[in-house]
Amino acid sequence: MTVERRGWRVRLLTLWLPLAVAMFFALFPFYWMAITSLKTNQELYSRKVMPLIVHNPTLKHYVDLLTETSFLEWTWNTLLVAVISTAISLILGAMLAYPLARLRFAGAAMVSFAIAATYLVPQPLLFVPLADLINRLGLNDTLTSVILTYPTLLIPFCAWLLMGYFRTVPVELEDAARIDGASRLQTLVRIVLPLCGPGFISAGIFAFTLAQNEFLYALIFLTKTEVRTVPVGAIAELVRGDVFYWGQLMAAALLGSIPVAIIYSFFVEHYVAGLTAGGVKG
Amino acid sequence: MTAVLAPALTRRRPAFSFARWVERESVFSWLMVALPVAFLVALVGYPFFYGIWISLQDRPVAKPGEFVGLANFIRAWDDPVFRQVAVNTLFYTAAATLLKMVGGLGLAVVMNQDFRFKNLIRALLLLPFIVPTVLSTIAWQWILDPAFSVVNWVLKAADIADPGPSWLGNPHLAMFSLIIVNTWRGLPFYAITLLAGLQTISPELYEAATIDGAGRWGRFRYVTLPLLMPIIFIVTMFSVIFTFADFQLIYVLTRGGPANATHVFATYAFDVAMGAGQFGQGAAIALSMVPPLALIILAMAIYMRAPK
Repeated sequence: MTVERRGWRVRLLTLWLPLAVAMFFALFPFYWMAITSLKTNQELYSRKVMPLIVHNPTLKHYVDLLTETSFLEWTWNTLLVAVISTAISLILGAMLAYPLARLRFAGAAMVSFAIAATYLVPQPLLFVPLADLINRLGLNDTLTSVILTYPTLLIPFCAWLLMGYFRTVPVELEDAARIDGASRLQTLVRIVLPLCGPGFISAGIFAFTLAQNEFLYALIFLTKTEVRTVPVGAIAELVRGDVFYWGQLMAAALLGSIPVAIIYSFFVEHYVAGLTAGGVKG
Repeated sequence: MTAVLAPALTRRRPAFSFARWVERESVFSWLMVALPVAFLVALVGYPFFYGIWISLQDRPVAKPGEFVGLANFIRAWDDPVFRQVAVNTLFYTAAATLLKMVGGLGLAVVMNQDFRFKNLIRALLLLPFIVPTVLSTIAWQWILDPAFSVVNWVLKAADIADPGPSWLGNPHLAMFSLIIVNTWRGLPFYAITLLAGLQTISPELYEAATIDGAGRWGRFRYVTLPLLMPIIFIVTMFSVIFTFADFQLIYVLTRGGPANATHVFATYAFDVAMGAGQFGQGAAIALSMVPPLALIILAMAIYMRAPK
């Protein structure tokens, strides 16, 4: 009896209490986002009302956000850019990963070093020359500018992750296909790629969330409403002068997080696999 | 016999076959990697060296530059704001990385037990890391609002402070707030990655350590920590690089203020290049990140590799 009681207490102290603190810290901002977006302005800007719950819920901020701002356009832009740059990154990443994982060729070491270096180059290092480059190419205020530059952030990670998956395919399978007369390309497309589906899902989800998250390039390259992405649109247009439209901002933050959250919730295991592969296998 | 075979052999082996050439290991490899390598060279390699070239010029935005040698770097060195930026960045990186490392390790150890709803809790704890940073940072800005901060409401309700402090208006508190928000965002990455590392440690090692008389702390210190070191190193390296070069969080919360107290390399370079239109000076400030970053990583590598 005493042992059981003590076990229960230890478990409370070493497991549930720290977990509860961590959960509260991690999730409170989302709770705050949600309830702020549902409050009326009188309630938001009153110091007398208890702020921890919603007293008179309203959808006004959502309606205003969707009808009075270009939020839907920004959402479309964000998704379009994220999907295309993820697709480009997966294809180019796989083209790097397969030879590095499986074949021997002169310069392989140099190529893998270049990938690692690209992975570690922080974005703020390149924004000045890239701004000039995009300007000279006449790509300012086009989605092409970010569709071209986002893969530079995503390819190294995709290549790194896919290399790990390509290595798990038994060499015997590839040899058998080659003996049966398949070319190298056929072996890759028909035998190796189908076996690496989970790798592509992990890399794809990771790339997609990174592309949704990008801010610096979008802020510099996209200065017109109709080409903006959600983060830039929210910062640049939902703050007018010094006035913050907090209800709308919170509604935008919540709605803008939903695409990532939905995809994430379907593929949590793949996402965690990708995340930990970057750290653990590397 | 040979007369019959010979023509057949020559027919099967023409002087040059494109299909055969492509099948050669090195040719096929280079045909595959050529396009992505060219892409990365054009959009990462070239801009990097072009950035160095721009940093050596006096270059107002959209005008031809004039070569000035190291003048931009010398001016940065003499600029008191630049010096403050360097100190801010180092402090921000050190404090946030330390908090994330200790907190993430602690959370990973807590989560490395069997409990109900483990996968659900792990998924929820990762949310801060996956949600677009700018959007979650806007929520933090409202949490820390000068007039309607919920933190200050709680402080007032609990009779601790009335009115509460100005979280983003006071130079020291602004830095403190940024570090907390950065930790909020990055801690899950540490925790989940380290948890994956913990799960690869064989339970037999803990049993052996227990038999040898190790307690809870002893097992952690002499089994967990050494085996986890390689992962801690990799995760910390990533975290240091991306915290050092952080832009989004600071741009949204304080824009480097109040009075440059929270300006870091990335936000200052952005202000100088995009705000003031001084491309050359901005590029020089951005490039100044490279030596300290390289030194930090080198020092970490030496420290982590050193036999203990």
